Amino acid sequence: MYISFSDRAAKKDADAPAVPHAPKTATRVSSVVIALGIVSMLTDVSSESVSAILPLYITGVLGLSTIAYGFIDGLYQGISAVVRIAGGWAADRGDQPKWIAFVGYGVSAVARIGLLFATGFGALVTIITADRLGKGLRTAPRDALITASSQPENLGRSFGVHRMLDTIGAAIGPLLAFVILFFIPDGYSTIFVVSLAFALLGVVILGLVVPNTRPRAATAARAGTGEPKLPFRWRNLTDPRLRRLLLTAAILGVLTIGDGFIYLVLQSRDSFAATWFPLLYVGTNLAFLIFAIPFGRLADRFGRARIFVLGHLALLAAYLCAAIPATGLWLTVACLVLLGAFYAATDGILAALAAESTPSASRASGIAAAQTVVALARLIASTSFGLLWFALGRENAMLIVAAILAVIIPLAAVLLRGVLTRSTLTTGTSS
Amino acid sequence: MTLRVRIWLASAVALLLFGSALTFGLVAWAGYQQRSSGPSEVQTQENAASTGPKVVFRNTASGMGYGLVASVALDDPSGPRVVTSQACDRVYATRTIGMCLHIDRGVVTTFTASLMDATWTETRAWPLPGIPSRTRISADSRLIASTAFVTGESYGTVGFSTQTVIRSVDGTDYGSLEDFALLVDGHQVTAIDRNIWGVTFSADDTVFYATAASGGRTWLVRGNLAARTLTAIRDTAECPSLSPDGTHIAYKKNLSTLTAPHWSIAVLDLSTGQEIVLPEERNVDDQVEWLDNDNLLYGLPRTDAVGDSDIWSMRSDGSADPTPFIEHAWSPSVVL
Repeated sequence: MYISFSDRAAKKDADAPAVPHAPKTATRVSSVVIALGIVSMLTDVSSESVSAILPLYITGVLGLSTIAYGFIDGLYQGISAVVRIAGGWAADRGDQPKWIAFVGYGVSAVARIGLLFATGFGALVTIITADRLGKGLRTAPRDALITASSQPENLGRSFGVHRMLDTIGAAIGPLLAFVILFFIPDGYSTIFVVSLAFALLGVVILGLVVPNTRPRAATAARAGTGEPKLPFRWRNLTDPRLRRLLLTAAILGVLTIGDGFIYLVLQSRDSFAATWFPLLYVGTNLAFLIFAIPFGRLADRFGRARIFVLGHLALLAAYLCAAIPATGLWLTVACLVLLGAFYAATDGILAALAAESTPSASRASGIAAAQTVVALARLIASTSFGLLWFALGRENAMLIVAAILAVIIPLAAVLLRGVLTRSTLTTGTSS
Repeated sequence: MTLRVRIWLASAVALLLFGSALTFGLVAWAGYQQRSSGPSEVQTQENAASTGPKVVFRNTASGMGYGLVASVALDDPSGPRVVTSQACDRVYATRTIGMCLHIDRGVVTTFTASLMDATWTETRAWPLPGIPSRTRISADSRLIASTAFVTGESYGTVGFSTQTVIRSVDGTDYGSLEDFALLVDGHQVTAIDRNIWGVTFSADDTVFYATAASGGRTWLVRGNLAARTLTAIRDTAECPSLSPDGTHIAYKKNLSTLTAPHWSIAVLDLSTGQEIVLPEERNVDDQVEWLDNDNLLYGLPRTDAVGDSDIWSMRSDGSADPTPFIEHAWSPSVVL
């Protein structure tokens, strides 16, 4: 028998002291979650400030073509997904999620040093590869730490707080980089130095301030079974709830076309969107960070699976708003707000759902599995949507995906029914 | 160590890191101020009196005038340059108009294509979806083309993407060339990764040449503005440039077998279909400009300075080694 997340909920009062730095009531978010959020924020300022100016740097300074740039950009995507699973597994296996996350953040920070000396294509590819390796490695252990530092009742809110801080970093990063370029037009090395400072501070805060929570040891201690700790088992990942979650996330992920397509449609019709095209993603991020906490709280109250599925209604609305034959500033803004709402209702909540569908001994692996499934499904989505886009025209293609999504959303709700009820109330034990 | 001590320690580290970064930034800023307000490292002249044939380009000599449109007399390319007050990242000019693609730096950085008159005053402007790449004007100054990279999608982009549009100066918008039908060996290519870039116009205003790419392959395509088609006429050719007499096309050709491309310049004889690869060993990532019917101009980044480049000249039959044409310059156009 294992002690599931839900059991822990039932014994919350007795267990609360065993969760370090966790508040006794579910109305407040653990200081550990806030510290992890600040670490993510600093790291995102670091990585997004470089990402935003990388095309300028590669084409303008290194004198490389953009074909080369496309290759680098592709790397960004693929590496993260594969390493994520490894990061989750390593965190569970050693029961040391903090230090796996630390290695992940550390690798990315060290890669920034290389950026100061990169002079060619090969060097740049190596550095970006290292940066993405670090990102893939740290995500799942960090989300497992957030789970371990939260109460089951406020898990959605905890992830909301974390994702808000994270997204603030993603919004500040590009702006900071462009401000530097405004004052020093050839100031790329200044951007790299500033980026390095943010990354190093993130690593230092993680190392010094965040406690080394060991979910498996803590659960074993709480269970009081006498066994030192429950080992990691792959079998733990075959929980029917997790399997259903992965399946649903995959189906919905295949219908989640890249933001870039939506921005392109907007750009082709609205002069505001055309002028600000390179910055539309900042608008989406703003909406994301505003909605992250409210949606997390809603998820805690009305069920995370429910909000996760409903969040795809915002995506559906974003498709429709991009596809309807009308133009205007407000339509563009509405589209960005809907996209942000979609991310707020799905990104952190998916991690929370995966966490509560997996026993604590395999939690990081469970989270990693869910995130990888979504990343791969979305990769398939953008590739196949591209074909549809050309064959049918962009508005028609978007309407077709919207129509399929409209059919799938109720289906997803049925699939997730077991998880749809307030999961903190269910008792999911098995032997 | 108590949590309090740890938080103090982290604060001290923060102070140290941000202090160092700020110092570095201030030193870089002071250095930039000194460089940009100092005298230009090349000889410049105030008056744009010359009305003879000239070469218009982007001045990349450090000091005052960096990044601005400049020109030199065609018969004295290394002579003093006339520097305008217009900043462009990619520029092209004819006797009557100019095209200027520029990056508008700011807290929010945007990109613009501007149509200029002969005095470099903006007459029309269009937003670009990303970093400027190429621009051309037809010889009769009626059609303009611009290519920009599509950027700004944060982490989630796959592959690179360009957007190329053709417009007429009188206001007709032919739209994105991606919406033209791309025909390779008689079959239409419909893959989403199609990209079109690097337009060159011919004497006939319905016919132009450009690069099309899909699935890791590139083609030299002949475009028809009336039929809205792009027909592949040759493999592995990018950024074509038609000679003034319309008989040859020069383009860059990727001869690398590695993932990092290495472009050589090749010249295609349109009547015989014969292609020669020129003996330029360096990696040329530029759209070639014809100096006359026998000589090419192209830019190469300088290895000794960031953001600086030179324009080189080479015979189009490959019979001689390349020679420097204009130092500290980029994006040339020959204005007769």
